[in-house]
Amino acid sequence: MNFLSFLISGVSLGGIYALIALGYTMVYGIAKMLNFAHGDVIMIGGYMAYTLCSTMGMNPMIGVIGSVAVCTLLGVTIERFAYKPLRTAAPLAVLITAIGVSYLLQNLALLIFGSAAKSFTSVVSIKGISLFDGELVVSGETLVTIVVSVVIMIALTLFVNKTKPGRAMRAVSEDKGAAQLMGVNVNATIALTFAIGSALAAVAGLLLCSSYPSLSPYTGAMPGIKAFTAAVFGGIGSIPGAMIGGILLGIIENLSKGYISTELSDAIVFSILIIILLVKPTGILGKKISEKV
Amino acid sequence: MSALLQVENIEVYYGAIKALKGVSFEVNKGEIVSLIGANGAGKTTVLHTITGLLHSKNGKIIYDGKDITKTPAHKIVSMGMAHVPERRRIFQQLTVLENIKMGAYTRKDKKEIEESLEAVYKSFPRLKEREKQIAGTLSGGEQQMLAMGRALMSKPEIILMDEPSMGLSPLLVSEIFEIIKTINENGTTVLLVEQNAKKALSIADRAYVLETGNVVLSGNGSDLLNDESVKKAYLSE
Repeated sequence: MNFLSFLISGVSLGGIYALIALGYTMVYGIAKMLNFAHGDVIMIGGYMAYTLCSTMGMNPMIGVIGSVAVCTLLGVTIERFAYKPLRTAAPLAVLITAIGVSYLLQNLALLIFGSAAKSFTSVVSIKGISLFDGELVVSGETLVTIVVSVVIMIALTLFVNKTKPGRAMRAVSEDKGAAQLMGVNVNATIALTFAIGSALAAVAGLLLCSSYPSLSPYTGAMPGIKAFTAAVFGGIGSIPGAMIGGILLGIIENLSKGYISTELSDAIVFSILIIILLVKPTGILGKKISEKV
Repeated sequence: MSALLQVENIEVYYGAIKALKGVSFEVNKGEIVSLIGANGAGKTTVLHTITGLLHSKNGKIIYDGKDITKTPAHKIVSMGMAHVPERRRIFQQLTVLENIKMGAYTRKDKKEIEESLEAVYKSFPRLKEREKQIAGTLSGGEQQMLAMGRALMSKPEIILMDEPSMGLSPLLVSEIFEIIKTINENGTTVLLVEQNAKKALSIADRAYVLETGNVVLSGNGSDLLNDESVKKAYLSE
């Protein structure tokens, strides 16, 4: 029964990683950059909900909507002012800028909210369920996280594969010049990608803070790194890869916490990543890069 | 009569290197105009500058009476100009049908798009057979047909084609050139860039010879075919 319990909470944690990883992988796919400020968007989303719900006493639903709206806007703004001017710059310059934006967001939060961790009130009001005569208890947060992440992943998959803007996104990620010749506005498409990625990060942040209710300016850093790992694990640039990578990472992390050691769980997660990348450098679903002459 | 497309004295730089040193030419409505020249003469650069993927430092590009010198690339296609780029540049990971639909990206009327799709399938039946296939798995000839079909989906007034014969067998090259003729007979103006000078001149109404960033010669397709200097340099006779 323990195993089942670890597995379920692992899937839930993995769902959160997957939502964050999707932002990394989509932005990488389309703008060919690693947006290391992505994790900190999660933290800003958390503070936004905290301010709306705990400080101003509003309904959790308003907290969710406000947080998603602010993060979406934040993601688009970061892209517009920090990354867009560097569209033709060297990749290293963009990477350093992204790290800079990450520190900027963390320090802004430090300035506004202080360094002490805030206790986050869960935005989930559904009660947990108890199965097998109380031997297996699944919290409302865990349930909601699993359901929400699965629904979002299905919706995103449909959007990318079945709609016109989704098709344009895939076209841009493959060949920006050819996409422009088709009439696709590449800048608008990149902005849309950042908007979607940041909205997903906000949702992930709220779910994360609801399950692990402590909020500090560094809350986004570790999940951000792990989600990035998940994206690489699944094959960076691949949307199903990010989903599988995220969920696997959550399961591995929770099982190692349960059966091996809480302290070592992160080390185990990253060791497995290294082994996988040694065997398959492009990640689980990564595409083999072949140059046709 | 003013030309449908008028290129006046464009100069394009790659960093410090001047790739086009003041190129001028024009394309009239209904014509097939070929731009021939050796590798590196600047033919592809000319097309990229017209459709906005590159920008000219000086000079002007007038299309249908409008100055499009500074128009961004994504706004060109809805003005009636389609570009079949060098090496086809189809979207390898999209399906054949998705590629074709990308060609109609700026069009709104679903019924008219459906009609264009039927027309493209009629011209290229092979594409219909393979509509669900991932485009990267097509053969070179099929990819060229896909790139042309994709461009036709925008219902262009003028179509710019960059090396459509590249990497194809002689039989396929003839087929592709037949298709270009048909596209033109159906009323679309064609600006063709080719290394296969013989083929390009034989279907062209007029042609320009480009050499290291300059137009060095121009005339009727048939005149250039018989021109001694062209014969020597480009027709390997």
